[in-house]
Amino acid sequence: MANLQSSQSQTAAMPEHAREADHPTSLVAVLGADLPLRLDCGVDLAPFQIAYQAYGRLNADRSNAILICHALTGDQHAANVNPVTGKPGWWETMVGPGKPIDTDSYFVISSNVLGGCLGSTGPASTNPATGKPWGLDFPVITVPDMVRAQAMLIDSLGIQTLFAVVGGSMGGMQALQWAAAYPQRVFSAVPIACATRHSAQNIAFHEVGRQAVMADPDWRNGHYFEHGVRPHRGLGVARMAAHITYLSDAALHRKFGRRLQGRQMPTFSFDADFEVESYLRHQGSTFVERFDANSYLYLTRACDYFDVAADHGGALAAAFKGTRTRFCVVSFTSDWLYPTSESREVVHALNAGGARVSFAEIKTDKGHDAFLLDVPEFTDIVRAFLESAAVTRGLRKAEMSS
Amino acid sequence: MTTHDHAWSLSAALPQGAENYRGDHLLVAQMVEPGSRVLDVGCGEGDLLRLLEGRGVDGRGIELSREGVNRCVAKGLAVIQGDADTDLVDYPDDSFDYVILSQTLQATRQPRVVLEHMLRIGRRAIVSFPNFGHWKMRLQLLVKGQMPRTDNLPATWYDTPNIHFCTIKDFVQLCDEINVKMERAVALNPYGRPLRLNAPWWFWNMFGEQGVFLLSRRDLAGHHPNGG
Repeated sequence: MANLQSSQSQTAAMPEHAREADHPTSLVAVLGADLPLRLDCGVDLAPFQIAYQAYGRLNADRSNAILICHALTGDQHAANVNPVTGKPGWWETMVGPGKPIDTDSYFVISSNVLGGCLGSTGPASTNPATGKPWGLDFPVITVPDMVRAQAMLIDSLGIQTLFAVVGGSMGGMQALQWAAAYPQRVFSAVPIACATRHSAQNIAFHEVGRQAVMADPDWRNGHYFEHGVRPHRGLGVARMAAHITYLSDAALHRKFGRRLQGRQMPTFSFDADFEVESYLRHQGSTFVERFDANSYLYLTRACDYFDVAADHGGALAAAFKGTRTRFCVVSFTSDWLYPTSESREVVHALNAGGARVSFAEIKTDKGHDAFLLDVPEFTDIVRAFLESAAVTRGLRKAEMSS
Repeated sequence: MTTHDHAWSLSAALPQGAENYRGDHLLVAQMVEPGSRVLDVGCGEGDLLRLLEGRGVDGRGIELSREGVNRCVAKGLAVIQGDADTDLVDYPDDSFDYVILSQTLQATRQPRVVLEHMLRIGRRAIVSFPNFGHWKMRLQLLVKGQMPRTDNLPATWYDTPNIHFCTIKDFVQLCDEINVKMERAVALNPYGRPLRLNAPWWFWNMFGEQGVFLLSRRDLAGHHPNGG
């Protein structure tokens, strides 16, 4: 068993950067002490910690565990008030009693990814060798590394097979990687609004974000904590650019149009005249309060490197050949970051590999972020898929069929 | 010469409650060997797939409508949203034992191409479609001078999803053209019951409201008697 600790009250005299990064307000598993995590870049990481939350109860035969995987800038606080922002968890629509991922039936684990900044070991964590934040000395990590770390967490909880791995965006990539790397340990997988690898356009947007961070004079080659500063402006710009990709033109138009912010006339200046401008500035400024700039660099890099097929001779179908995992792939019509065509590629590969796969494209104008929002057609399909999988898994009885 | 079905009976093993299923679905289900892998193209709300799963078939579906897909997923069926006209090309050769097109052929843009893909992807194909040669259709066109509408095909000509109607005779001709073997052929009356066996083709073409065909590649079973 790993060393599990809850560290709710260790924040008193801690330097700012070390609070949530080293001592998160959640459960923590310290892993790798006996067997290090071999990263794709060749570095052995040990020990390291993964911060996570758990909801619901694990059943006696440990067969009802669902791992939910967060997106790029998400965290472990899926269904509880986030201790940093004071806002509800990012997947309150989906996770909870009676909700599609029903914590009355399932044991839900939500882990912060390796490389994150909310308590899992990452560039904002203290490097035990130096006593200072890792910064750019932290090894470059990949999505498979994140999943291997999660697998060690799942091991430490004594869970052999996950009933489901569910996630959207980068979380969906993790779900796919789980299914490809541990087919025996994943009964069902729900990859949402994602792809098996990034398009050139996705990499391009991420590069804009990284360059914005690194162009900020306060970035200080990644050692900003030691200088008592943080690259707020660069990270804010990165978030603004990224945020546009999470929405759709229709959604932006519906929300803001070309309305002016609190004025009748343009000011003929570079103030935020338009509502959409002040919205983006707000998104940027709230983001920098909760997220670490270096972590942003590492996680965007991990997404860009991701390529499930690459480990299987370039053939996507080979990655899932003979799998017994049941898949439910979901995409959204207005998602231009991970368009439906990329989900279809996944579905075709799964089909070619003989996998049992369902696929639905949900009609919405809410863009990529639709998976975080209350879109009934989407939440219904996830609920229905998990319920039918639960019947097959013997977690629940079949209802009277029509 | 015909290849009418001679060994057909409604009493073959079917799951309980089978009487609630559509006649053509029951017929199709009986044509599928238990335990085989089946792709149902245009699977609607999954009724046929459910019937087949009751027979131990590993079934997958493709359905165009979101509502249909959602209902199928809720039933625990493996169904993906897709279009027969564009998506079959992505399926590998020989990936299924049967590919089924039930009441969908007339809604495809390229029925011939779809049929060819079906027989590439599956060892066998099962196709059912409404027979536009049925006497009621002929009569409506003849007497009223308007595109026919029936209980099974209630849409008006300008808002119908069906764009390529054909008769049983037309279909038999197409099968001959693309060189597929017709292993079984059954015409159903308006109640979903098979017509008298060994009737001549013209009789089927006139009185069959639906045609149901089990097809295979020529290379599977060697020589085939000429259809039509």
